[in-house]
Amino acid sequence: MALRSFALVLCLAPLAVATGAKADVTQGRALYIKVGCYQCHGTEGQGGVAGPRLAPAPMAWEAFAQYVHNTTDAMPPYRESVLPGTELKLIHDFLLSIPPPPNVDDIPLLRALKKRPAP
Amino acid sequence: MAGIKAKASVGRRGFLGAVATAGAATTLPATGAEPLPKRAAALPTHQQLAAETQPPKAMAAGAQQCGADFMVDVMRSVNIDYVASNPGSSFRALQESVINYAGNTRPEFLTCLHEESSVALAHGYAKVSGKPIAIFAHSTVGLQHASMALYNAWCDRAPVIAVLGNITDGAKRRPGVEWLHTAQDPAAIVRDFVKWDDQPGSLQHFAESFVRAYKLSLSPPMAPVVIVADGDLQEEPIHDRASLSIPKYVATAPPQGDAGAVREAARLLAAAERPVIVADRCARTHEGMGLLVALAESLNAPVIDQANRMNFPNTHPLSQNARARRLIEEADVILALEVNDVWGLINEYIDNEERTTFSKIKPETKVISITAMETYLKSNYQDFQRFAAVDVSIAGDAQATLPALTEAVKRALTARGKSRAAARLEEMRKAHEATRQRALTDATYAWDASPISTARLAAELGDVLKGEDWALVSPDNFISGWARRLWAFDKPYQYIGTAGGQGVGYGIAAAVGAALAHKPHGRLAVNIQTDGDLMYAPGAIWTAMHHKIPLLSVMHNNRAYHQETMHIQRMANRRDRGIDRAHIGTIIDHPAIDYAMLAKSMGMWAEGPITDPKDLGPALKRALAVVKSGGAALLDVVTQPR
Repeated sequence: MALRSFALVLCLAPLAVATGAKADVTQGRALYIKVGCYQCHGTEGQGGVAGPRLAPAPMAWEAFAQYVHNTTDAMPPYRESVLPGTELKLIHDFLLSIPPPPNVDDIPLLRALKKRPAP
Repeated sequence: MAGIKAKASVGRRGFLGAVATAGAATTLPATGAEPLPKRAAALPTHQQLAAETQPPKAMAAGAQQCGADFMVDVMRSVNIDYVASNPGSSFRALQESVINYAGNTRPEFLTCLHEESSVALAHGYAKVSGKPIAIFAHSTVGLQHASMALYNAWCDRAPVIAVLGNITDGAKRRPGVEWLHTAQDPAAIVRDFVKWDDQPGSLQHFAESFVRAYKLSLSPPMAPVVIVADGDLQEEPIHDRASLSIPKYVATAPPQGDAGAVREAARLLAAAERPVIVADRCARTHEGMGLLVALAESLNAPVIDQANRMNFPNTHPLSQNARARRLIEEADVILALEVNDVWGLINEYIDNEERTTFSKIKPETKVISITAMETYLKSNYQDFQRFAAVDVSIAGDAQATLPALTEAVKRALTARGKSRAAARLEEMRKAHEATRQRALTDATYAWDASPISTARLAAELGDVLKGEDWALVSPDNFISGWARRLWAFDKPYQYIGTAGGQGVGYGIAAAVGAALAHKPHGRLAVNIQTDGDLMYAPGAIWTAMHHKIPLLSVMHNNRAYHQETMHIQRMANRRDRGIDRAHIGTIIDHPAIDYAMLAKSMGMWAEGPITDPKDLGPALKRALAVVKSGGAALLDVVTQPR
């Protein structure tokens, strides 16, 4: 998805922003989209078939930075030279700002599925 | 075959030549003449219309059967119900015989707007109905368009009969187009990925080769086949119909695995502490699912359905797809049923700067493979995957081998083995239920996000399908498998897997073909349609409308070739060259394509783009109402990447 229109859609989405660091979180969210984290992990860090869930409650900052910059797992490393720690920290702050999702019981569609498969 | 005859007899080429000449004379301005008036097109004269639409008197006078009529008889003899085709002059006689001689029924001519769609439609149809239909195409330009889709069908072990128009005799070809539409060896470009082809030299030869082709296409491993229908053979009258015969078609009994090897496999499975069954293209017919259930229940062994067919009901407690990795790692015996990539099943491959591989299984783990592909490989195209050394290798059709294997397992189970199997069931029940509850929890993440999460898409769609006799006619791997995680797939026709060769352009046309096969059963065909795939051959939308094929298509519109975006990102990362330009060449945006407008332009009910998840459920209900009334609908939904 193109970054500009993608960002526009995101602006319309309910943002879960910590009030004390709104600007940083907004910047972190923009970076998260710009450098392509969303491609595998989804725009809310929810994860999917291509990448695991990142939020809420991402891994601790030190471990996060170490992993992103140096991983040899399936995820390609985002090295310091292309994603400086300062920017990565903003992304981490954005992930930290994402609140927990609603419970299954709070979503009627999913609550109904607890009892029987659908359709 | 007749040659180019005297003026008294209006031969095929003479007729066309006259039409072409007449057209040229009336539509092209002579040198120095005034330019044509500015209008869309010069209207044809009465004589031109007659020449274009009516047979010349010499042809109309003959009620005699022509070769193409006999070819249609041959197709009818094996119950070819449809011909999917974009029209072409090299098989004009065949097309005319279908629509007039056969009355456009059995087979019925399905108008496709691209040969790739013709084959994909046939591919989808075959996977639901279990039998092939034919496609007609030019031997050159048509087959080149069709070739990728044939490759998909080949990789997906799907039967398709491709009939190619070709004008073999150079002395009889019309100058120009018939030379362009003829090849010495038409099937050469697809021979690496069709099972068999022939270029019959007589009508009797055609009958025998067509029945042989049909038989081969349906014999496991199933595959596409090609028959070349010579133009003159199609068009010339039949002088002695009584001398022609159509061979009786008798289905080939699929090959079963060797009895001794099956016993050895059963012995290993019965003695296993942690057996695992993996099925890929195992369920070849609707009976296949029940046969696999019987085997799994004889052992209470977990089943991992790689989902290129509807192998196993995901509602069954032994369905353990989500735990595939762990089960494979812990297994002591693995049974692979028509698994094309056994190496990939038991090994890990990491696509990072250092391409690393390692075994996922324990050194002592025994691997059993049953596949009809064991004795049937071709060399050029590499769809057979990396070689895997297994412990018991059984050449045979897995579905056909299942009854004997199940009986052998039951015989081989000792009291201790039965006790182990009984104990496994409870473990599987708990794991199955935990997986299901975890899927519901996972679906809550990004529930209200826009673009809409793929879990929300599947949940909302599943909700409107409640109580319907539905079938998903597209893969769901591009939406992170959410349909199979949330919906109950418990009927053998509810899933048909993927394109096979990962060739883009399969989706909508295969969905239309599958929907056509579901139509007589009154099933609701549902297609989760990716955006990039749709734009390869959107004309299949028109085919659905033209032939009144009910189909509900819901777009997974992430506005990108998203898989490729991730690959470019990977390369950029690997080279440390910046990571914010992976969208170049991979997005489908600026402008965003209006898929609803696209569908509407071809007469389909459509809405969208839907970006607010709250709008999705009501829109799906409206779309469903259209499909339930016999129509087709497309809902454009802007979604998360995966």
